[in-house]
This record gives sequence, structure tokens and C-alpha cells, in this order.
Amino acid sequence: MENSFWDAFVEALRLIRTLDPEVMEITWRSLQLAASSSTIAFFLIALPLGTLIHFNRFPGKRLVISTIQTLFAMPAVAVGLITYTLLSRSGPFGDLEWYLTPAAIVFGQTLLITPVMLGLVISALNAIDKAIPETATALGASRFQTYIICIREAKFGILTALVMGFGRAVSEVGVSMMVGGNIREFTRTLTTAIALETSKGERELALALGIILILLAFVINFALLSLQYRKLPWHYWK
Amino acid sequence: MKNSLITNLLIIGVMLLLGSASIACDSDDTESPVTASTEVEPTNGESGRLKVATTTSLDNTGLWETLEPLFEEQNDVDLDIVAVGTGIALEYGRNGDVDVITVHSKAREIEYVDEGYGLERIPFAYNYFLIVGPEDDPAGIRGMSPEDAFKTLFGSEAGTFVSRGDDSGTHGKEKTIWANAGYEYEDVQSAGSWYLEAGSGMGATLVMADEKQGYTLTDAGTYLSYKGDLELVPIVDEGDTLLNVYSIIVGTNTEMPQAAQKLVDFLTSDEIQHIMGNFGFEEYGMALFTPCAGPIAPCNN
Repeated sequence: MENSFWDAFVEALRLIRTLDPEVMEITWRSLQLAASSSTIAFFLIALPLGTLIHFNRFPGKRLVISTIQTLFAMPAVAVGLITYTLLSRSGPFGDLEWYLTPAAIVFGQTLLITPVMLGLVISALNAIDKAIPETATALGASRFQTYIICIREAKFGILTALVMGFGRAVSEVGVSMMVGGNIREFTRTLTTAIALETSKGERELALALGIILILLAFVINFALLSLQYRKLPWHYWK
Repeated sequence: MKNSLITNLLIIGVMLLLGSASIACDSDDTESPVTASTEVEPTNGESGRLKVATTTSLDNTGLWETLEPLFEEQNDVDLDIVAVGTGIALEYGRNGDVDVITVHSKAREIEYVDEGYGLERIPFAYNYFLIVGPEDDPAGIRGMSPEDAFKTLFGSEAGTFVSRGDDSGTHGKEKTIWANAGYEYEDVQSAGSWYLEAGSGMGATLVMADEKQGYTLTDAGTYLSYKGDLELVPIVDEGDTLLNVYSIIVGTNTEMPQAAQKLVDFLTSDEIQHIMGNFGFEEYGMALFTPCAGPIAPCNN
């Protein structure tokens, strides 16, 4: 097994060094899909909805928040199954003809990561000093301006939500496999390719793809965190 | 404050760029065949992607990987190959999620066509199933008929048997052999720890049987293409029940009947039948499939 790991690592480096076209294409697709679903889930759903939930009082607020937190544990295959049921041609959204296309994967991943992002946005806003929104309002900030100020104040926690969501989207296999179908040059992602190569007995290639996935996640997280600390990556070497 | 504002804008900008770029690329993927087809009008206005659900054995062997580019070259249609078991392929067909299925389970195919989901069952190739197992054959079933081999396995419990357990065509064949041997399948499932249900495709099941040093029922094609990585050897390879016929069925509700018909013509054409008949010869020293389109035995009897 030790040898296997080493071989896999060498293989991964070789695939990266030679820019293997199929691997590059699969990697790029994984990145696109996860970036699309985290952008949609974060900017269109989690950030606005999380802010509204945090700053407004309404009956059942606690229940809503604990439901969101429960959904953190939602297994990807279950989301895949729900997405399949919704998007299959015989399902309610069958007319979209999204099933077995990249759009279905984005839909499913968005469903999967929205709760995590929403929950983390809410708790990030919870963590800031309660005096900040009060002061802002007292100084004449409008409601919207207050929200912006608080989001800016909680940006570290909010960024964590984005990073977590992206990480979950890029690493899930249940949704991509079930609603994407692992179609070559169309819906095959790093994770479904890993599953396929493993089932074909190509353990080294599968491990190599796994290593590429981890490197990809590392680069993305590193870039986002660098922006957060207002430092460029090379400042970390000092 | 100014700094952090810039940072935030940067983050948002980068993410939006990434996101929108990728969404644009996604829609490119789905729209390009549309634009391509309006230019060329290859299939009388039909456009998009022809979805094919295939049994795993046709895909794990690499056959579809060889044929797909040939078909896409000859016809201006994008072929989407989804490799699943025959059971799921039939379900996808029933739901209208795919246009065409290529499967190998005669009884269920006939039922599928009779229920009105498929136009016609068209066999295009065959090979044989094998019972493979460890070289030393702990259960002593070498050379038996498949039914006797299963009886011996059940009675002696001397060997492990790894079943596909995924409602695939191969799994269906295995159930048929158990029934012919006089067993209820429920009894086999609960017979003991020697009977394992893998719940995966043919390749993964072979790998598992190899790890467990057990027996499994496999189609000859997948076994030959995996042989290099396996220690398993053919133990039982003769018996009428072991015939394995692959057919293509076009769904009645397909939105691309012409493209689907082109795929049928393609698979049954002399050229492709010839390629199929030689497929694997170079790499494995023998052909993985025998072509049999048209009124040829044993496919059409």
C-alpha cells in the first residue's frame, strides 16, 4: 500500500506536469461546477437570506435556525435522490430537461451546500459586537447600510461559509454521480472519475485524481484566505 | 475601512467572475450543439444530445469509448453515455430520461417493449457469461454446468460467491441460474456469509471477488478486459444458460427519433459490426464480443 501511495503521488505529479488534457478538462469542470453552485448558493441565497433571518424577529425563528443546522448533516446521496426525483423527466421539473446535464449537478450542489452556508452566515453575524448595529443606526445609517456594516464586520466568518460551501461542493460525489451520470466530456467530475477509476481497478490513477482534488481545494482556499488577510500568497513565506 | 471595502469587492468580484464564467461555459456546452445543428441541419432540425443508458459491461470494456467518437464523427450528434446496470437503464428509459438503452436481459427487454416504452428489441452482439474464481477452486466446481456449480457452492459453503446484487443484467442471469438449480433467490440471499452482494458494476465486482478470493458470475468481455489485474481464472464456461446477448432499444418517447435510429443503424452496420468483432483482439488476444446483427443465431432465436 505504501508503494501505491508513492506511485499515485508520482502519477499525480506526472498528470499535472504534462497537463494531461482529459485530467485538465475534468479538473476544470469540477472547479466550474463547484464555483457556480457556491456562487449561487452564497450570493443569491445564503448571504441575503441569512442577513434577513439574523436581523429580523419572527415567530419560529429558532426552529428555522435549528432546522438549517440539522440540514448540515444532509447526506449528498439523499440530495442526489431528491434532485433526481425533481428533475427526472417524469418529475415536477422534468420539462427543464436538466437531468444528466451539468445544470442538474449545479442544482443539486446548491441544494446541498445552502444550509451550511446559511448556518455559518447566521452564526458569523451572531458573533459580532451587538453595539455595532445599534451604533450604526444611532448615527443615522439606513437599514440596508447597517446590514452592510455588520456583514463587513463579520467578514471573516462569512468568508468561512463560502470556503466551507465550496469545499463541500467540490468534494461531493453523491449528487454528481446520481444526477450527472458521470458522462465523459460532459458531466464527469474529479470525484465521479475517482469512483469510476476505483471500480475499474485503476487505484493509482484514482488516488492521483484525489491528490489533484486536494491540491485544487488548497489553492482555492489559500487564495480566498490571502484576500481575507489582505496579504498576497508570497507574504506567507516571510 | 477603505482597505477592507476593496478586499470585499475583490472577493465578490472574483467569485462572480468565476461563477459567471463557468455558467457561461456550461450553457456553451449545452447550446453549442444547437447552434451547430442549425448551421448543418444534420438531423432535420433535431438538436442536442442523444442520451444512452448502457449496461456497465459495454462501457467498462471500453467498447463505447471506441464507438462514441466514430458515431459523433459520422453524425453531428453528441452522444451521452451513462453507464448503469440494466435495471437502472430500463428505469431511465421508462422515465424518459434517456433516448436509447443498450442492455442484456432478454425477458425484461421484451417486457419493456410490450409495455410500450421501447420500439423494438434489436440484438447486435453476444458473448458468454463465465463463472470465475480462484485458481485452486476451493469448492471444486471446475468444469461443471452452471446449475451444478451453484448447487455445489450452496451445499458446500466452501467458497465465497460475490454477486452483483444491483438488479443488473448479469444479476438477472445469476438469478435465472439459481432458479434453474432449484433455489428460491431469497434463500440464497440469506444462505450465509459465503454469499456477498456487492451492489456495484461488473468491474468493481470482479475486483471485489479477486480481493475475497471468491467466485463470481461475469460476462466474458469485462472479465477479459480486467484479466490483467486479476488472479481469478475461468472455472465454469459451458452451459446453455451462459449465453449473453446485447440489444439496443429506442425509447418510444424520444425527442430525437432520427438520431436514435442513426445509432441503431450505426451499431448494426457492417463496418461497426466488424469493428465490434475485432474489439479487444489486439489487447487481450481474443475478441470480447461476437457481432450478430440481423437474423443470425444465437441472437435472434
